[in-house]
Amino acid sequence: MKARIHVTLKNGVLDPQGKAIENALKALGFDNVAGVRQGKFLEVDLAPGDAGAAKAQVDDMCQKLLANTVIEDYDIEIEG
Amino acid sequence: MTEITKELVRDHGLSDDEYDLVVKHMGRTPNITELGIFSVMWSEHCSYKSSRVWLKKLPTSGPQVIQGPGENAGIVDIGDGDAAVFKMESHNHPSFIEPYQGAATGVGGIMRDVFTMGARPVANLNALRFGAPDHPKTRYLVGGVVSGIGGYGNCMGVPTVGGEVNFHPGYNGNILVNAMTVGVAKADRIFYSAAAGVGNPVVYVGSKTGRDGIHGATMASAEFDDQSEEKRPTVQVGDPFTEKLLLEACLELMSGDAIVAIQDMGAAGLTSSSVEMASKGQVGIELDLDQVPTRETGMTPYEMMLSESQERMLMVLKPGSEERAADIFRKWELDFAIIGQITDTNRLVLRHGGAVVADMPLHPLTEQAPSYKRPWVATEAAEDIGDLSYPDTSAFDAVLLRLLACPDLASRRWIWEQYDHSVMANTIQKPGGDAAIVRVGDSAKALAMTTDVTPRYCKADPFEGGKQAVAEAWRNLTAVGATPLAITDCLNFGNPERPEIMGQFAGCIEGMAAACEALNFPVVSGNVSLYNETNGEAIPPTPAVGGVGVLKDLRKSVTLALKQTGSTLYVIGEATGHLGQSLFLREILGSEAGPPPPVALDVEKQNGDFVRKAIGEGLVLACHDVSDGGLIVALAEMAMAGGIGVEITSPPQGPALWHTLFGEDQGRYIIEIETHKRDAFEKRALDAGVSASQIGLTGGNRLDLPGIAAIPIEKMRAANEDWLPGYMAS
Amino acid sequence: MRSAVVVFPASNCDQDVARALEKVTGTAPHMVWHADSALPEVDLIVLPGGFSYGDYLRCGAMAAKTAIMADVVRRAGAGTHVLGICNGFQILLETGLLPGAMLPNANVHFVCRDVHLKTERTDTVFTRHYENDALLRIPVAHHEGNYFASDQVLDDLEGSGQIVFRYADENADITEDANPNGARRNIAGLINGRGNVLGMMPHPERAVDDAHGGIDGLPLFRSLLDALS
Repeated sequence: MKARIHVTLKNGVLDPQGKAIENALKALGFDNVAGVRQGKFLEVDLAPGDAGAAKAQVDDMCQKLLANTVIEDYDIEIEG
Repeated sequence: MTEITKELVRDHGLSDDEYDLVVKHMGRTPNITELGIFSVMWSEHCSYKSSRVWLKKLPTSGPQVIQGPGENAGIVDIGDGDAAVFKMESHNHPSFIEPYQGAATGVGGIMRDVFTMGARPVANLNALRFGAPDHPKTRYLVGGVVSGIGGYGNCMGVPTVGGEVNFHPGYNGNILVNAMTVGVAKADRIFYSAAAGVGNPVVYVGSKTGRDGIHGATMASAEFDDQSEEKRPTVQVGDPFTEKLLLEACLELMSGDAIVAIQDMGAAGLTSSSVEMASKGQVGIELDLDQVPTRETGMTPYEMMLSESQERMLMVLKPGSEERAADIFRKWELDFAIIGQITDTNRLVLRHGGAVVADMPLHPLTEQAPSYKRPWVATEAAEDIGDLSYPDTSAFDAVLLRLLACPDLASRRWIWEQYDHSVMANTIQKPGGDAAIVRVGDSAKALAMTTDVTPRYCKADPFEGGKQAVAEAWRNLTAVGATPLAITDCLNFGNPERPEIMGQFAGCIEGMAAACEALNFPVVSGNVSLYNETNGEAIPPTPAVGGVGVLKDLRKSVTLALKQTGSTLYVIGEATGHLGQSLFLREILGSEAGPPPPVALDVEKQNGDFVRKAIGEGLVLACHDVSDGGLIVALAEMAMAGGIGVEITSPPQGPALWHTLFGEDQGRYIIEIETHKRDAFEKRALDAGVSASQIGLTGGNRLDLPGIAAIPIEKMRAANEDWLPGYMAS
Repeated sequence: MRSAVVVFPASNCDQDVARALEKVTGTAPHMVWHADSALPEVDLIVLPGGFSYGDYLRCGAMAAKTAIMADVVRRAGAGTHVLGICNGFQILLETGLLPGAMLPNANVHFVCRDVHLKTERTDTVFTRHYENDALLRIPVAHHEGNYFASDQVLDDLEGSGQIVFRYADENADITEDANPNGARRNIAGLINGRGNVLGMMPHPERAVDDAHGGIDGLPLFRSLLDALS
């Protein structure tokens, strides 16, 4: 069983890397780029089990380590 | 079994003749693993097959030398039982393909070379060459290389304190990334790579082995073509976090007496480390590849032996010390595995899945590897620069500002501020001066270090260019007050199978050898990087020199920044106004013509010894060597650094104005002396037989040439500081 | 003064700060390995600069969850003084001992240079040897020093005088140009409400010796020696 976690900066928190990527895309001629936000994608392999319990556990992981909730939001998908 | 076809042999970079030799040494057809091992060991990168005969001409000994070329790094005695351990190495091809990882792993590799010998790295430097600023890839490559160097060195906690950067269209298709590390060890606690002791365990430590970088060494020995960018998957990824742990774990283990021999797994990974250690020790080695920690499943012996996964080391331990060693590596959360033993067979034997998968004699892989005296033709002498149409005198300030803002002279602050240059709290002179200075521990002693070469000189006259590279390194160390000790080199050239390229190589070596000899400045380590060509276009010959010197008392060092108003400025050394190959000629008059300025080695030595002595006696307030851009650029740099202006007392008139102020004659320094010490100083110079002529006085906030121009320091700074950040932001 | 420096995997300023402490206090600090579960009895705990855990995931995130940090948090709660420098400051934010978080520098580049700092509090245990409003010159060296907190939190910090150092220009003006990393309100150093936990991005241990080109870091260590001996 796999958990897929997206960690992104909260709206309103400046994203310097996203801004730099946006500028680079524009320099490459992608004029219609209106904004870029950079985040992280994590895959956690879990022993098979109950999907609901797994989600709760991964949520706990995000709260304790994987995300800094002062500046980041996260989103969890459980597969398999 | 993979069949060994002619095509497969060619894909491994071996010529038909070389393959015949392989079969002869083996007494049979090699299997694929054995072929791979021959291929990497006989590659230019590992065997130096085109360069070995020439490298022998370089002086490598002296009373200060503890270890010359042939080990992981060179070692010199710096007094008090301390030793400086240093080496420079290229990571050119990987950095062109993937600039961040290429540069990062280059930095990681050279640091391993130094701490393998028991030294703690204390400084990094980088000699970088990029293509023309307007080439479409240059900006991307500069950004990636600089981030990669910073990303690795900063995490390691080793300050990056110096280096050099050039831009030239000759590097459009082949950038150069030459990384140098300087470390400090106790002279009686140095670790070498020669294996010994039949039955002693062979131990693998560090990261796990993956399929990365397979055939990196072969790739670094082949010319590029337009498909090379597709070679991306073979580029290794650096993990500075693991390397930092490996550094601390190795140094912790080295504080005891468990290690017999140690070598890092750099290019050609497990192959070159095991083969070289056993061959140097005149022993044999047997490895059980089932014990190699792997990151991926199903790796073949071929893949394990050729992988260039980073942050790994191979050691031979004293029997009975395995447990203590394992504990240390476990503490640092690193892999530790006993993968083999030393034998007395002079053979490399590999087992996998219970079967012998390779069994080959060691000496044919190393000392009996092919060595070629390739045909060469001497570079033709450059024609004279001919008649010049000089700029109008009224354009003097515009000319100087343009030079200060040209890519080869503009401030490198944008680069070195991305490097942690003050970690370890021992950086005494940071980047931007003639040489960096790093204190040795808490002592009053310090090491000075620099990297130098002027490729346009080498191209016009390899012999003079080779001399100049060594002399300039020696001069830069002298200019901060240090006693030059020895050099490492990184010899970057095109395809050695072309006689004109081999001629450049030969000329540069002869020139370097002459300068090393005359200046008592031997070569203790180095690296050769050939085949730096794309579609038949070779890079300018670039024998980068990394110089190291020592200061007994760091308080007696000087910087190039002017210190006070009312001082007198002297030029040490004579000049003829040599404009051939000068930046003035190239940047202002658009010509890359003429011979380079010659280096008179006896005068070089005399002037340098005089300057160093004067600095040591506290007579000199500031000192700067005269190099790219000539006298006027050196003066401008001193004024900008100190925030104090200069009045040039009687500037020359007519064509002499340009020749005198922009000529790049060698062996010269500008020094700042308190005016009341003028007479005494002039007498000293006279007694020493050294040319010292007053050029001006310090004061005000402009570079003032009465009747010609008066340029505010702020305006020069803006020109000098703005180019690189502006270029990188555009 | 008894002190301890916590060493995480890939801490790299631990020796530098230990040398500064020894130079000022005459006593070498205890070097405490991150996997140890408890600190010795000390008056000052230092979390040094570096790239703990490679700066992977987020700077300081994994160090904040180590066994030793649980003890640091407990000691801080009991009043022991804690100084976090650079990565140490990032760790303090990740543990919640100080409010806010660090973002990558606004220009996304690592920055190593001398900066000017305005000292806004000279009545703390960490800064009593500085003159009021003193302008210091101390190096920074980091990739993620762009301090972030909500306006509400920032207003509270200002209100309670918890901002100890701010990036300033050479005239002591707090300007955008003087800010090397984009930190909100030019914040370079923060103290907790109780006054026993200080986090700062600049490296005072790299400015304790004439050979460093400046000694503006010395008074910080002298303040601690004075207060905690």
